[in-house]
Amino acid sequence: MIETPITAPTDAVVPRGVRMRRALRANPLLTVGGVLVVLIVLVAIFAPLLAPAPADAGTATHPLDVLRGPSAAHWFGTDQVGRDILSRVIYGTRVSPVIAIIVLAIACAIGIPLGVAAGFMGGWLDELIMRVTDVFLAFPPLLLALALAAVLPASLTSLTIAIAAVWWPWYVRLLRGQAASVAGRPYIETCRALGISRTRIIFRHILPNSITPLLVQVSLDVGGVILTASALSFLGLGAQDPTPDWGLMIAEGQSYFTPDWWLVTFPGLAILLTAFAFNLLGDGLRDLLDPKRSFLP
Amino acid sequence: MTGENLQPAGRAASESSGRLAIANLEVSFGERKVVSIADLRLDHAEIVGLAGESGSGKSMTTLAILGLAHTVGAAVGGSIKLDGLELVGLGADQLRAIRGRRIAAIFQSPSTAFSPVYKVGSVFVKALRLHGASKSEAEDRAAEAMRQVLLSPDLMRRYPSQLSGGQLQRVAIALAVALRAEILLADEPTSALDVTVQAEVLDLLRGLRESIGMSILFISHDLAVVAELCDSVAVMRNGLIVEQGLAGQVLSAPEDAYTIELLASVPRLAAAP
Amino acid sequence: MTAESEVPVASARAHEPEIAATGEVSSTPPLLRIADLTVRFGPVLAVSGVSLDVPAGPFGLGLVGESGSGKSTIGRAILRLVRAASGTITFDSKDVGSLHAAALKAYRRDAQIVFQDPDNSLDPRMRIGTTIGEALRTHDIVPRDGIADRIAELLTEAGLEPAFAERYPHQLSGGQRQRVAIARALSVQPRLLVLDEPTSALDVRTQARILKLIARLRAERQLSYLLITHNLGVVSKLCEQTAVLYLGKIAEIGPTDLLLSAPAHPYTQALRSAVPEVDVAGRRSRIVLPGDPPNSASPPAGCVFHPRCPLAIDRCRTEIPELRDVAPGRRSSCHRAEEVLAGKLAAT
Repeated sequence: MIETPITAPTDAVVPRGVRMRRALRANPLLTVGGVLVVLIVLVAIFAPLLAPAPADAGTATHPLDVLRGPSAAHWFGTDQVGRDILSRVIYGTRVSPVIAIIVLAIACAIGIPLGVAAGFMGGWLDELIMRVTDVFLAFPPLLLALALAAVLPASLTSLTIAIAAVWWPWYVRLLRGQAASVAGRPYIETCRALGISRTRIIFRHILPNSITPLLVQVSLDVGGVILTASALSFLGLGAQDPTPDWGLMIAEGQSYFTPDWWLVTFPGLAILLTAFAFNLLGDGLRDLLDPKRSFLP
Repeated sequence: MTGENLQPAGRAASESSGRLAIANLEVSFGERKVVSIADLRLDHAEIVGLAGESGSGKSMTTLAILGLAHTVGAAVGGSIKLDGLELVGLGADQLRAIRGRRIAAIFQSPSTAFSPVYKVGSVFVKALRLHGASKSEAEDRAAEAMRQVLLSPDLMRRYPSQLSGGQLQRVAIALAVALRAEILLADEPTSALDVTVQAEVLDLLRGLRESIGMSILFISHDLAVVAELCDSVAVMRNGLIVEQGLAGQVLSAPEDAYTIELLASVPRLAAAP
Repeated sequence: MTAESEVPVASARAHEPEIAATGEVSSTPPLLRIADLTVRFGPVLAVSGVSLDVPAGPFGLGLVGESGSGKSTIGRAILRLVRAASGTITFDSKDVGSLHAAALKAYRRDAQIVFQDPDNSLDPRMRIGTTIGEALRTHDIVPRDGIADRIAELLTEAGLEPAFAERYPHQLSGGQRQRVAIARALSVQPRLLVLDEPTSALDVRTQARILKLIARLRAERQLSYLLITHNLGVVSKLCEQTAVLYLGKIAEIGPTDLLLSAPAHPYTQALRSAVPEVDVAGRRSRIVLPGDPPNSASPPAGCVFHPRCPLAIDRCRTEIPELRDVAPGRRSSCHRAEEVLAGKLAAT
């Protein structure tokens, strides 16, 4: 019997390191986003060295310097009690983004296992998890966070818990949909036919194939969480003065907006930049992790 | 051409060779040429088969004939003449008048031709009215066409999800009949259907050729279906026609190595009783 | 690549009529025995009282049918991917339905399946080598350090260069992916392989190559396989015996060549005549079945085929025909089977 001709591979093997470097070059989003995020992290770490007036991020006040516009001495101007806004914005990198990351980490920690369990196992477990999730989703998010934050003593910790409690149901829903979709694919059925354990199927097959939309969602949510936190801080339920929370700064600076625009603008730009950086990072990560896209044709 | 009274099919093919005459057709994506057909003709009441594997360019040819190649980013050069009328380079309005009305098309997945939120009958009425018929005339012709494809006109009141694949495909053919299309482009219309349902659809197409003189360009990867249905066949590979001629001839005594290989690959049944 | 003469599978069995029949050989029990299998999906009866035997290899049993016939469901039931409502599936004299834990896992080494869709049968995020390696690791087929070599062997056996192990599925063609699926299924060294429409989604030339591969593997590994397909040409090449299914029931079962040349059931006749053939000279009168394949949720009374059967009589409307012997080694579930077999009822 004549042997079937051996078919040649369709393109050359690329070692992992080269693949990564190529992916970075081919993914400007990832690169820019990554650089920005790293910058923000560095600013947070080196805040005491970068800020011209570190004390202003704390309890210092300068009654003689209130509401001065941007100048050489104060690049971002001063606020209603004379604090250097630049310093406060710099120190803000230690507040808002950190809250956002912790909140999202908690939401993922709850949302991923529940979502994957519901999507993959189906049946009564799915019903149970989804009905509980639906109950949480039925509340308007901000109101629920408000209610929770009001019950807890006003602090950053309470803020974090309140927002995380509101955020996790969305991730359950997202993961459940993805996991259910992946679970129905032939390669999962084949895994079962091969006798591969359910644990392994979940961790090696379901999770990696369901996680990408979540990554993108998480990156988009960074900005969302910061805004939610600022809303709560504005209502006095989270960060308290003098914490240099960007949202709080905007809330406090609101009434001075005309004509003293700098109190609101610079913290606002900081939020914008941070959210933007994480969005780019998320988009870039998604492209990188999709094996079909990260290979150059 | 819109607003013109619909003319019956079966009018004599004009002086130029064949109802549909393709000459030096080239379809390309930038530098890459995906179709390069020197000569392909479809006569009145003729069924021509375009056979080939995936990537052979047969589907792109269909798109080019319908004037839809640009929607996927391809450029078309050469000549496609419908009864002497040059289609390549024709304006969008004129093409729209021809598409569906004079050249109809059915595809592999009949459900994609029907929007799931509308009853299938409404597609008929809309299409016929678009080409100039009145509402009652449209309804009459739709019912008549359904009967011609051996379906009860009552089925027009159903939604696509309530009809089987075979039924939907026949409705798609009925649409072409109702519009009195002269040419039907059938791109793998039976590939997704059961064998027995496929036999019915093929029978139907043959019947239409007999009764109303419809010309059919039948695109398929299945050589057996092409052998059964088509009068002549063109075998495509990598955008080129490697062999063409009468079906009986090409499929029993192929000359091109690729055609020979294709034929050898078709699993044969044991001798028939 | 030119046409090759394959080992004619069907004729190899011609000398063993007993085994070629229903597999009910008195000497050795069959490798796989399905007895009165019924599978339900909600209100739909996908498989209804099906009994089949597959002897030890090399052997090929074809399951032919159209949509709604239940052929794929039978394949999945054998692999314990769907639950049987009633009936038993016995492999090597062990009841498959009652296997648990370790025994079930061991069964996974004996019987494997290859699915139809080459695009989704491999995890897109895993390299080919990892995918095959996973199967090997799950069952400790070879020691750790031997896995890479075994993967290379398996790929070569399936007609692929070992370098494919580094690739991702999207870098392979449909035919190549199907070969990987076959290699993976064979990695656990099964004795029974279920092939669910293995070539339906492939190009004609690729189909031929995959079929050739299956024939070769059958000979080399003494495989028994259940070939599920709607393509009669495929079973005539690869299966000694074929069962024709309609709406969850067996219409007819017997040696493939006889079944195709002298059907004993009107549905087989219609199916056979509906299949288009390249040899245009062999065109015979076509039996066109009226109507569409029936709704599985509300099957017809009496014989499930009677609404579309050109030979239906009154009895067919009320009485469900039994699957019975109509000739040595051949069974049919038609009241008029003998007449059909004798060719007295020609297609109208």
